[in-house]
Amino acid sequence: MNHSSAYADYTTGEPLADAKAPDGPIADRWDTRRFQAKLVNPANRRKHTVIVVGTGLAGGSAGATLAEQGYHVVQFCYQDSPRRAHSIAAQGGINAAKNYRNDGDSVHRLFYDTVKGGDFRARESNVHRLAQISVEIIDQCVAQGVPFAREYGGLLDTRSFGGVQVSRTFYARGQTGQQLLLGAYQALSRQIAAGNVEMHPRTEMLDLVVVDGRARGIVARDLITGRIDTYFADAVVLASGGYGNVFYLSTNAMNSNATAVWRAHRRGAYFANPCFTQIHPTCIPRTGDHQSKLTLMSESLRNDGRIWVPRAKGDDRPPNKIPEDERDYYLERIYPSFGNLVPRDIASRAAKNVCDEGRGVGPGGQGVYLDFADAIRRMGRKAVEEKYGNLFEMYERITAENPYEVPMRIYPAVHYTMGGLWVDYDLQTTVPGLFAVGEANFSDHGANRLGASALMQGLADGYFVLPSTINDYLARHPHQDEVSAEHPAVQEVVAETEDRLNLLLSVDGDRTPDSFHRELGEVMWEFCGMARTETGLRKALERIPQIREEFWRRIKVPGAGEEFNQSLEKANRVVDYLELAELMCLDALHRAESCGGHFREESQTPDGEAARVDEEFSYAAAWEFTTTGGAPVLHKEDLVFEYVHPTQRSYA
Amino acid sequence: MKLTLRVWRQKNAAADGAMSTYEVDGISRDMSFLEMLDTLNEELIVKGEDPVAFDHDCREGICGACSLVINGDAHGPERTTTCQLHMRSFEDGDTIDIEPWRASAFPVVKDLVVDRSAFDRIIQSGGYISAPTGSAPEAHAAPVPKPDADSAFEHAECIGCGACVAACPNGSAMLFTSAKVNHLNVLPQGAPERETRVLDMVAQMDEEGFGGCTLTGECATACPKGIPLPSISAMNKEWLRATRKVGR
Repeated sequence: MNHSSAYADYTTGEPLADAKAPDGPIADRWDTRRFQAKLVNPANRRKHTVIVVGTGLAGGSAGATLAEQGYHVVQFCYQDSPRRAHSIAAQGGINAAKNYRNDGDSVHRLFYDTVKGGDFRARESNVHRLAQISVEIIDQCVAQGVPFAREYGGLLDTRSFGGVQVSRTFYARGQTGQQLLLGAYQALSRQIAAGNVEMHPRTEMLDLVVVDGRARGIVARDLITGRIDTYFADAVVLASGGYGNVFYLSTNAMNSNATAVWRAHRRGAYFANPCFTQIHPTCIPRTGDHQSKLTLMSESLRNDGRIWVPRAKGDDRPPNKIPEDERDYYLERIYPSFGNLVPRDIASRAAKNVCDEGRGVGPGGQGVYLDFADAIRRMGRKAVEEKYGNLFEMYERITAENPYEVPMRIYPAVHYTMGGLWVDYDLQTTVPGLFAVGEANFSDHGANRLGASALMQGLADGYFVLPSTINDYLARHPHQDEVSAEHPAVQEVVAETEDRLNLLLSVDGDRTPDSFHRELGEVMWEFCGMARTETGLRKALERIPQIREEFWRRIKVPGAGEEFNQSLEKANRVVDYLELAELMCLDALHRAESCGGHFREESQTPDGEAARVDEEFSYAAAWEFTTTGGAPVLHKEDLVFEYVHPTQRSYA
Repeated sequence: MKLTLRVWRQKNAAADGAMSTYEVDGISRDMSFLEMLDTLNEELIVKGEDPVAFDHDCREGICGACSLVINGDAHGPERTTTCQLHMRSFEDGDTIDIEPWRASAFPVVKDLVVDRSAFDRIIQSGGYISAPTGSAPEAHAAPVPKPDADSAFEHAECIGCGACVAACPNGSAMLFTSAKVNHLNVLPQGAPERETRVLDMVAQMDEEGFGGCTLTGECATACPKGIPLPSISAMNKEWLRATRKVGR
């Protein structure tokens, strides 16, 4: 194994085209594709096995729906129950172009807002499909009994989110993700009981099995016994979420990881736009080095909370002692028409800027105020409590400060990754038979995701898109030969997995998996976080291979492989972070423009906004793996805008 | 802060377990309880000892993975999940007992990790509304009165952590089961399966080996999401109604 060499550079390969996207008017494309796709006879579906990895919104909904259609589904999650996937922590809501408010919303406006919000780095066809499907998702979830917030007349309530001027976000107090996930989990449970889904909880995918160029199964570890098993299928669906935990501190769950997507990438699936990461503006600031994760405060708070810092540098008076005219409501000042509801990337950068100017508040000056005093005066405390009660309570529990009396302190944190495995319109990766849904793919959010759109995309992919497109693949590859565990390709991948785990156990060094993860995270946050420069990224690209080299020399994993061993689980995930981090930095270095969440300091407008360079970078960057530490190959997929003309985003 | 921890250690489901004592120092009041355990584990790993296994994931109080009995209380002294419990709830020099959920239907996997799959099987027996993807009517076709919607939400908040079972002297799962029955049965969408749902879920709950309910109310006191005790009587009423109607 070569653990030490740095990326010399990258090479550019053949351009990539999405062969599945239909032509014609954008509003008809999804119908066209569904009509062109081959179908599998209902009686034949039970003969096909589909593996689904992950049980979040995308995986849970995909597994349930494929099973309802008659396929035999074999599903995996690392958690002890499919109900615990991290989609459960999504707070604010889910977008849908229902136009129940009669406020000018439409499928086209949701499509437009999403393409613009993504800073013109997403595919028009995919985004339009997402907007179309959004309305069906709400119907589906209501039918399942998801308890969305309702008005006194019994109809559904909505609220506003960043980057839009309509009220199209459906919600269930601050627990929308939980309620949607439980809906999908219950649908999945029904199929498990019916014998259509074979569920493997506490089982983690460690590699992909590719036979004769097709995805045919996975290698997985039973986290209780430590046993390594192989599972085979006619197609594999990855719904394993994003890779925000590369940064160590993020709002992701502690065990969310990148192993499934990274191992698939190593087996031939291109990884697209890895540098597109979302830093969420409203998280609770860190309190010290012991911090294990960061907690989000929902974007919905920006509906009523006002963000400010003192006008003067180093003003350390308590917030209620700072008079109105000595406060800077900087978002309202710089962006008067969107105010506190600008998109996430813009709000995060603005917070960083005021803190860099020395006007940040709280410990270390790494925070800004999110103030509800005006909202409480306007609506009354009871109304504020009704809307945000559980968030206020969570804030108080973590900080021991009462946000009804003193303003919240917030600071940006890594939250979501727009990049992911490259997929075509059918959500198929560059490995035939391997599909990626939800946050695991790169398809819909461009360089910045709008609030309340992750739930929409996960459920669109799982309930509606994949179950329509996977038929086409299965119909064209009926009744493939059985793969056996004795196949040389299978034995090789199993041996590689076992070797990797054995090596981790045998190094017997003096540093814990977490210590390496933390060190990597600090490098990534400093050089590949909210603002990136060529110099910084080159430093990171030098540093990461050094950390990797040290990792393989000094890692300490107690215990054995054939037992419940959380240190081994963690160490194995860090192995993959240490490789993925390098690709993220390289992608960020090569994209010498600013767009959405990717802010290169060299490329900004005179007033400090992200300056895109469309002539050079209007493409999705899909990376092909070569060797660990070796130069990857860049494949460009040109983005064509026929309906939304790329402009400098303006929220002023 | 300096603390003495007495932690349940058990190698696997088959092995016998026992309490082991550890000292931790340099604990900040701002740490969460699990970050305190992280600190202990980092030290144990470097010493080449087996770190303490415990379930945890979101660390925001919503996934329901964390599950510790702290000084005899499920999720510890505050009404919250263990991951949201902070060390400011303890004093310097305290001795803290840390044990897994104790219930015959939740066998120990290792140390503080237990097997809660019985909860999944209760949901599989009827904790859903049969609405295959694509079959849904327009969302506004059937308005739901706000009080019903609010009541459904209140019960749907259950995170499936199992604190109710751990707190109950009988190891009963009535609060967990009733939360789901009431969430779905109060909604018009849930009406067609109203009787079979409650009968099947209660039958599965009994089959899993959970104890009977004697209304001691410990469950609702321990519940980090505040599922109310009357949830249980509401389910009993549903169950009686269903037995009469279906004639099982």
